[in-house]
Amino acid sequence: MKGISEYLDLHSSALALRSKRNKILASNIANAATPHFKARDINFEAEMQKVQREGPLRTTDAKHIPVLAKANGNEMLYRQPLNASRDGNTVEMNVEQMEFSENVMRYQTSLTFLNNRISGLMSAIRGE
Amino acid sequence: MAEIKNVFDIAGRSMAAQLVRLNTIASNLANAGNVAGSEEEAYRAMKPVFETQYADKVKESGISTTSILGITTTDRKPERIYMPNHPKADETGFVYQAAVNVEEEFIEMTETSRQYQNNVEVVTTLRALMMRTMSMGK
Repeated sequence: MKGISEYLDLHSSALALRSKRNKILASNIANAATPHFKARDINFEAEMQKVQREGPLRTTDAKHIPVLAKANGNEMLYRQPLNASRDGNTVEMNVEQMEFSENVMRYQTSLTFLNNRISGLMSAIRGE
Repeated sequence: MAEIKNVFDIAGRSMAAQLVRLNTIASNLANAGNVAGSEEEAYRAMKPVFETQYADKVKESGISTTSILGITTTDRKPERIYMPNHPKADETGFVYQAAVNVEEEFIEMTETSRQYQNNVEVVTTLRALMMRTMSMGK
């Protein structure tokens, strides 16, 4: 079992992190008209490296069960606005929408990779 | 208020807040031409106050939505117009017109509808993603 989860681990962590980032970007878009709201984001590359190098729980023994949902406790950053608005809100619709659509596309990419790996495993299991 | 769990909570509550804003704009525009017999009675434009509502779970930090803190009225003075023949005119012949700036309300209406649209877009996109995720491995 460990072999299969390790085989899927990279893309499933990426998927969890992308999903979390989607929520953060959705929050930014939801608060686009709230005065004094500061747009948040995570540094995806840095968080992904954290997940790959050391999760919150390390597996040091073959009998340990690896934690798949490692994408907890991310470092939340604040977005630097290009054109700050007078009401203290740092959500810029153009930036957020581009980030959101990019994130959605990359989520779909991870999903496709996962699907490919799963169908590869399935054909190996069936022996076709 | 219940906790914010997923993107439907985030976008849904923000859309509800935008709808309250749209309702105040509709009230303001509907009362734009109204006149009253005194300055106190005259209609004043209503403005909702938005507030960020954060998810209380620590690991979900950065996830938030919008809620309405309350509705205030603007302190703009109603316009004093000389209309001695108006049935509501005071003893000096003046009526007081609702303190609503129609242009401002129109701009706010456009902005509100864009914000609402953006939230709908987010939900549509993420719902499609969820459907695709659910059929993973098939």
